[in-house]
Amino acid sequence: MNAPAGRRGPGLAVIIGALCFLGFLALLFYGVNQSGRGDREALPSPLIGKPAPEFALPLLHEPGRLVTSQELLDAPYLLNVWGSWCPECRVEHPVMTRFALTKRVRVLGYNLKDEPEDALRWLEQFGNPYMLVLTDRDGRAAIDWGIYGAPETFLVDAKGIVRWKHVGALDDTIIDGELLPLLEQLEAGK
Amino acid sequence: MAPMQMLPELGQVALALALLVALLQAALPLAGAQRGKASWMAVARPAAFAQALLVLCAFVVLTVAFVMQDFSVRYVAENSNSLLPVIYRYTAVWGSHEGSLLLWALILAAWTAVVAEFSRKLPDEVVARVLGIMGLVSVGFLSFLIFTSNPFVRLLPAAIEGRDLNPLLQDPGMIIHPPMLYLGYVGFVVPFAFAVAALIDGRMDARWLRWTRPWTNIAWGFLTLGIALGSWWAYYELGWGGWWFWDPVENASFMPWLVGAALLHSQAVTEKRGSFRGWTVLLAIAAFSLSLLGTFLVRSGVLTSVHAFAADPARGLFILIFLSIVIGGSLLLYALRAPRFEQGAPFAASSRETLLLANNLLLVSACGMVLLGTLYPLLADALDLGKISVGPPYFGFLFVLLMTPLVLLLPFGPLTRWQREQPSKPLAMLAPWAILALVLGVVAFFVAPQGPWKTAAGVAGSAWILLGTGRFAWTRLRGSGRFTPEMIGMTLAHTGIAVFLAGALLVEAQNVQSELAMKPGQTVELAGYAFRFEGVEETQGPNYISDLGRVQLLRDGKPLALLHPEKRAYASGGQVMTEAGIHAGLFGDVYVALGEPLGAADDPDRAAGDWAVRLHIKPFVRWIWLGAALMALGAFVTAVDRRFRAKPAATDTTRRHA
Repeated sequence: MNAPAGRRGPGLAVIIGALCFLGFLALLFYGVNQSGRGDREALPSPLIGKPAPEFALPLLHEPGRLVTSQELLDAPYLLNVWGSWCPECRVEHPVMTRFALTKRVRVLGYNLKDEPEDALRWLEQFGNPYMLVLTDRDGRAAIDWGIYGAPETFLVDAKGIVRWKHVGALDDTIIDGELLPLLEQLEAGK
Repeated sequence: MAPMQMLPELGQVALALALLVALLQAALPLAGAQRGKASWMAVARPAAFAQALLVLCAFVVLTVAFVMQDFSVRYVAENSNSLLPVIYRYTAVWGSHEGSLLLWALILAAWTAVVAEFSRKLPDEVVARVLGIMGLVSVGFLSFLIFTSNPFVRLLPAAIEGRDLNPLLQDPGMIIHPPMLYLGYVGFVVPFAFAVAALIDGRMDARWLRWTRPWTNIAWGFLTLGIALGSWWAYYELGWGGWWFWDPVENASFMPWLVGAALLHSQAVTEKRGSFRGWTVLLAIAAFSLSLLGTFLVRSGVLTSVHAFAADPARGLFILIFLSIVIGGSLLLYALRAPRFEQGAPFAASSRETLLLANNLLLVSACGMVLLGTLYPLLADALDLGKISVGPPYFGFLFVLLMTPLVLLLPFGPLTRWQREQPSKPLAMLAPWAILALVLGVVAFFVAPQGPWKTAAGVAGSAWILLGTGRFAWTRLRGSGRFTPEMIGMTLAHTGIAVFLAGALLVEAQNVQSELAMKPGQTVELAGYAFRFEGVEETQGPNYISDLGRVQLLRDGKPLALLHPEKRAYASGGQVMTEAGIHAGLFGDVYVALGEPLGAADDPDRAAGDWAVRLHIKPFVRWIWLGAALMALGAFVTAVDRRFRAKPAATDTTRRHA
């Protein structure tokens, strides 16, 4: 918005204003288009079909203990990236909790760029559905995973191959339509 | 089919008729005003009443469907449940997208009818244009309702049980928060319609502007109350003890508030001095446009937020087109016509006009800052700069930076004369009070147990505004003794700012909190209070199961209050809600929230064991909402000033008011 107007006649100011307004509309139009896509945050992950990155990350509830990617082999697991700083994770959390309670697959939390106190408080408040919660305080391991935000969710199979990735909050449609069929496929192929 | 079961269809018919009437209300009076046809213009008023009646019908029908639990209506089935308490069946009407949009339309129609009723003294062309423009806005909202968000769609076969109202909204604060907010949003349509009417006409008469001022005040007052209620609700319901989060939806309501505050002041200048005409019109357009933008941001799912409604690109696109027509059209009209406005009386660099200009620029910059911060993540996404979230540090820092000069300048405004003032006079009047405020700040710095800088700033800033405003009131009372409702309103609102400032800064500085595990029977001390945890019981609510904690609060060994922090698991969906146990006091709250039981997950007696508990001591937190209430009260009191309703004299355009 300009300073008190009216002194200058229409001209440059009007043209600049019009361009700004059009840019603003274009931005909102982009937003509207994006909002329709369920996977609006998605980028194809180059990791799919490839081994999950090697890692050794401390546990949130037991900071002294490191969990490595090797220890998690032999059964598939779901890795759910979250942080107490992430409002969308709060939306996802009840869905994730319900899914974890079905015990269909191991659900691990991946606490990204968070203060341990905040993360613990968050879990205390909203409940902890995770079998284990790995922590990645500086987000260094997240680079290997190609994680650029939260929530993101990975499915890793028994051999440690990344099978599936979802960016943004999970909902029941995605779980029923993508995740569960994939899990069945994995089990059938075993 | 029995007639009762036909009601939803009737509601739909009523909405369709309302749309037709709104079209009529927009087209005929606007064309009539242009061509000078009195009979066309005369349509405006009856059409406004008819439209209000029809939308009210539709709203009542939807309410009846909720109260009677008609799960054959999809919207009812999705947002209600047979266990839902009766009071929430009424409020569930606006618990989700379709119904809250219907509430928007209802408030808009009601507001239009009120304008139609109270505008009988105004010239016919003005009334016709204003009601016509309000009709155009109604057309937009009603067609949005009918074509993309019909609340009366049937569900076949009917659902046996409803899905339940979002538990977040099953709360007394949430009952009145949306209507208040909408009264504010929608209220800005009146100054907007007047601004556009003035642009079409090519001139702005101070008489009409005087007539619109109370409408702006009332709208802004309601918006203030709505935002304060939202903040209060977040405080006790989300369990974090915070009162403002710079969430996109909060920002969406805060932007029209900031511009509305600027508009209040700029309207006063234009009405009294004739200056800032173009600017006032621009602000009126901006305040309403930002209200629409707020609606757009919440409804479209463009931004992710805790308040997000279901995203549907068809809806988003519809509002976007509507938004671009309303905003683009009015700005285009502004660019074409505003240069024609005559200039008001000239004013010196040292004058009340200059101070109000500074007030306007600071408030509008703050709004621009909030807008930028809210849309930046989207912009970064669109330009592929990666996912960026803009958080409280950005907003907090810039907001304080912009508001500090506003606080410093505020007391000068009322004490400075219009047009020209010797700077030494208000300075001399305020100097002793400035020193007193500074001294109080310094004392606070040394007395504060923690956060000395924020405490000192809060005390000094608040005292400065309070004393400066008091100085103004004293001058008026000692001088002419004339103290109009407009002045009372201003004094109240400025006092509200002082109270808010003290509350906001003191609670930030003096907040004490502790998260800990507590065993039943254990007592913990925090900041002079003792908390005895008496355990958690499972209790049954109407549509939820609750872990009801009991915490005995003691001070100096004497019991003060029994607090009941709660965690509710709602029967449908299993969403868990926190209800904080709060011992509220004017000088501070004691706030207890329940975390999780700490026993092993498979232990059946887990609830009887240790619990994570969060304790907060929040000094002066009530002052935040008290201050907001005073600001709203000030706006309402100003609105009743008889001057705004005086019969306009014939030659009144340049009347001056001291």
